[in-house]
Order: sequence, then structure tokens, then C-alpha cells
Amino acid sequence: MSDPIISIRNLTKSYHVGEVDVQALRGVDLDVQRGEFLSIIGPSGSGKSTLFHIIGGLTPPTSGSISIDGRDLLGMSESDRTNLRKERVGFVFQKYNLLPTLTARDNIAIARDIAGKNGVPEPWFEDVVELLGISKRLGHKPRAMSGGEQQRVAIARAIVNRPAILLADEPTGNLDTENSNAVLRLLRDLNDRLGQTVLMITHNPEAAAYGHRIVTMRDGRIVET
Amino acid sequence: MLIHDLGQLISALSFSGERGRNRTFNLLIKSQLLCQLSYAPILRWGCGRSERADIQFTMAARVNPRGYPILLVALINRLVVENLKHRPIRTLLSVLAIAIQVTMVLTLVGVSRGMLDEQARRSRGIGADIVVRNSAGGALLSMSAGNLLEGFVPFIQKQPHVVAASGVLLYSSGFLTAPVTGIDIASFSRLNGGFRFEQGGPFEQPYDLIVDDYFAHQNHLRVGDHTQLLNQSWRVCGIVEPGILARTEVPLETLQKLTSNTGKISAVYVKVDSPKEIQPVIAELKKRMPAYGIVPMEELISQISVNSIPMLKEFIDVVIGLGVLIGFLVVFLSMYTAVLERTREIGVLKALGASPAYIVSILLRETFLLAICGSILGIAITFGARWLINDVIHGSLIQAVVPMWWPIAGGIAIVGALLGATYPGLKAARQNAIEALSYE
Repeated sequence: MSDPIISIRNLTKSYHVGEVDVQALRGVDLDVQRGEFLSIIGPSGSGKSTLFHIIGGLTPPTSGSISIDGRDLLGMSESDRTNLRKERVGFVFQKYNLLPTLTARDNIAIARDIAGKNGVPEPWFEDVVELLGISKRLGHKPRAMSGGEQQRVAIARAIVNRPAILLADEPTGNLDTENSNAVLRLLRDLNDRLGQTVLMITHNPEAAAYGHRIVTMRDGRIVET
Repeated sequence: MLIHDLGQLISALSFSGERGRNRTFNLLIKSQLLCQLSYAPILRWGCGRSERADIQFTMAARVNPRGYPILLVALINRLVVENLKHRPIRTLLSVLAIAIQVTMVLTLVGVSRGMLDEQARRSRGIGADIVVRNSAGGALLSMSAGNLLEGFVPFIQKQPHVVAASGVLLYSSGFLTAPVTGIDIASFSRLNGGFRFEQGGPFEQPYDLIVDDYFAHQNHLRVGDHTQLLNQSWRVCGIVEPGILARTEVPLETLQKLTSNTGKISAVYVKVDSPKEIQPVIAELKKRMPAYGIVPMEELISQISVNSIPMLKEFIDVVIGLGVLIGFLVVFLSMYTAVLERTREIGVLKALGASPAYIVSILLRETFLLAICGSILGIAITFGARWLINDVIHGSLIQAVVPMWWPIAGGIAIVGALLGATYPGLKAARQNAIEALSYE
């Protein structure tokens, strides 16, 4: 088996809320293989989102070790983590988080701008746009699109730079069953066709079942793999 | 099909799927592309008009053939424009406030310049070649000083090559009050051929007043009307064309008595028989009147500037300072609320890997665009203010158009606005991405 794309050992994270220390992660160990679709489930407050934020470089860990695509996150500066997000990680959020003033195409294009990729996108992306079924909606702004369409645009934005890891945080949380299934199938398709590594946080066991593997978190630890 | 050259790019732009809504922006992009023509030696027009080509254009084609990052510039500018369009009232108010700031500066400078130009024009209208004054005088005659003996007038008149000499007394009763000028109309007329009367004629009585057309309009005066000056009632005996000496003239002797300046004048205007005699006559007069300021009229006129009016330059500086402050405060508030409102969007940009510089750059570009629009509008409003001042209100002020100050006023607006955007920009750049993403 090749080296895991994500390798986490004894990872902890504590927050200060006022004068109280909150232990969000209490020693997480996790390996994710390249090309794997991993679902993370657990109740609210179990540490899923914190783990998601650390893997995505949005916040630094407190202790332990974490390596993403061969890069150690523990000693990373804010600037290094910005570069990590730009180059290695794509996010899909529950609330889509498209920029409301831009059209779908510019919402996707801005991810390339930020990554400093000003050239022609690779041909595979055309297929992705077709696969996502948004080619006819690219000229519309988010307010003119359904939730499912917005989430598909958000997925396109997340993968346009071909990140090493796609992090999806409750990607179906705001969608009805039909759109949820469509989005989950798309994530699985992207994983199958492109070999895109996907980490998905969800409360929904049915959604989690789309992954190759499911891990369960509780009280800041992984309790079941 | 990938788009490889500028010709294809422009062609692709012309059939963008958003032709209607994005026409303006497409034109902007086109103009940027055309500016890059030097980088595109080969123009190949036409490419497939399929949906797929449109997608490719969308995602990538705004790149010139040598890979210069046009898309980067264009897209971030598009975001800036769309952000400003998203809150039209806030944008409009910001632009308006900056415009008022620019108008304020340009109007003040325009009025200063207009008044000084008018002063120079009226000084030329006197028709004199030489001015004799107390040596302490600046470019403008002292407003309340009868510091020269009237007896110098016949003395100067007798000098060789002097064809006319006329003493005048200027008196102003207070700050910003238009001065009254006392003249001996007979000798004054020898300088310039006399006033050109539109109505009435020269003085007939001691308390007669000659006004120019502008003053008459301003005060709704006609010949025979009475008006108050220096706490006296004066009869308007004549209305003259503007452009000579002052807006109001009264008999010299009357003004001397009223102001306790009997036998005194402010200056003597001298006309010589030939321009080449100006310097010799001045030299001769200086020998005989060494304690007095004797200068060519043109030299005096050339000294009429902002610096020749006490405190005017300082006043302009204060107004400029206020302008910068207004721009700063307005843009500060505007951008601060924008940053608060866009907290989640800033979080999204950060999640996508946007650096603090990228985020600050968006806000600074918005600010720059606001300042540019405000400056253009401010220049336009200045023309409106000029029309009001010069043509509608019939005030005593004259406003000139001073294009040289347009970029200066614009620069002042931009500096004030960018200063105002600095703190909100830094606040945005320092935003915690996780908190920003959870912001409702």
C-alpha cells in the first residue's frame, strides 16, 4: 500500500473560550489513502468540524502530528496554510458559500485566480462540468440557482485546481433527498473517475454509506473505523 | 477547442452566453485585450460557437497568447464592480460624498482663480502703464489705506512722457466687503478713454455712484436708484461695462471726506506716451520719490496670485485637509460596513486560499473605483456650481475652470479614500477564516 495522503497521529486541539479550555480533539489517529472516499460521522461536538478545519489548514493543531500530501502541518505558518488551501485542498460547505455577486462561472474561475492559475484549465474539467450538469447554468448568479445547482457549482469550484483532497462538510445538509442523492453520486463519481480523495463529514448514515470507509468520532476521538 | 490567441479571445467574448447582462464588462475586457495587441502578432478570428467553447472561454480564455494574466485582473475587477453594484445606495452615497469633496476643492480653487483673473483683467482695464504706491504695498492695493499724498498726482503729471496721472482711493469697511473706489473721473478717463456707460453717465453730485453691470445685476440697481454704501445713501448715476478698476466708483473727494482721508490717496495710476518710456519714467520717478513703490502695471498684474491674498493659500490648504477627512470618513464607514456585511464571503475567499494581500486588494480596488467615479462626478458638479455662481445667483464671485487642478483634486480624493479603506482592509485580511465562515 502506498503512503497515505493524510496521516494523523495523536492529534489534539484545544480552544480557549473565555477562561475555559475546550478540548476539541483528544488524540486522533487516522490514515487516509490516496483516492479514498472517507466518511466521518459523529454527533455534534464530537470534533468532526475541528478535524476538518485542521486538515484543511484553516486552523493549526495544538499537538500531535499531521501530514497532508507529504507536508507537515504542525509547524506551518499562516502563510504556509494559506498556500496549502490554495494548492492542495478543496472545500465544499453545507451552505454552498458561493460569492453572491458573481456568476457560477466566475465563482469557479476565482478559485483559479486565487491559485494563480491563469491559463486554460485542463481538458478533464470540461468533462467535470458536463458531469455536474451545470454547463447551462454557468451564466447565472447563485440567487437564480437551486440549492442543488449551487452545491454542484461549489463542487466544481472545489476541484477546479485539482486539489489533493476534497473536504466536504455536510454537503447535503441543506438539500432535499433528490438533490442530496445527486450530489453524493457526483462526489462518488468524481472519486471513481478522477481518483479524487474525498473526506466527507455527515450526520446522515445513508450519506456516509457512499464512502469507501466510515469513521465515527465521539468526544474528540475516533471511536470506530 | 482551446483558445490560443487574441483574435479567438475577442471572438469568444462576442458570443459569450451572458451577452446582454455582461456587455459592459465584456467591453471592458475587450478594451483590455486590445491594449495588449502588441503581444498578439497574429490575429486569428473565429472559433467554434459551441456550448463547450463557451465554457472554455469562461474558464480560461481571457489569457493573451503569451500568458499574461489578463484573467486575474479582469476577474478581480469584475468582483469589485459586482460588489459595488450589489449595494447601489451605499455606492452612490460614497461616490456622492467623494464628489462633494472634489467639488469643494475645485470650487474654492476655481473661485480663487476666477477672482484673481478678474482682478488682473480689471487692473489691465485701468489703462495705466505704471503704478505709484506706498512701498509696503503687495500685489493688491491696500484696502483701507490713504497712505499717499494727493499732491503727488500733479507732480507726476508734469514729468516728461507722462500723458495722464490719476489718484484713486480704495476703501473697504470690513473683511469680505467689496471695496469702494474713489476716483477723479476726469483724470481717470484720460488713462483709458473713460468708462463705457450702458446707462446714465458720469458723476453729477457728490453722492453719485457708478457701478458696473455685474454689480447692478447683483443688487437689482438701475440708474436713479439709491443704495447704501459706507452707511450713506448713494444715487446710481451710471452703469458701466465691467472690466475697469472696480465694481463701484464714487467721487474721490467724497470718499476722502467720508473716510477721513482728505488729501490722501491709495495709488497713482500713470500712463506714458510710449511703452518704451515706461522704464525711463519709472527710473526718473524713483529718483525723485525714493520712498515709494513704483512698478510697471504688468509687473503688478503678474504678481496677482493666490499668494498675494493674505491667508488664501492657508484657507485652500484647510479646505483640502477637510476634503481628505471627508473622503477618509465616508470611505471608512462604507468599507467598514462592507467588510462586516461580507464577513462570510471573506471567509470563503480565505478558504479558497486567498492571501491577506488579495483580500485587501479587492477592497482597495473598490475604494479606488469609488474615488475615480467620485472625482469624475465632482468635476461635473463643479461645472454646475460654476453655472450657479456665475450665471444664476449673480453673486459677486467669479469661478474659473481650472483643469490643472482636476488630477490634484482627484488625487486628494483617492488618497483620502485609500486611507479610509486601510483599516477595514486590514480588518478583513485578519479575519479568522473559521469564524468568518460561520458568520450569519
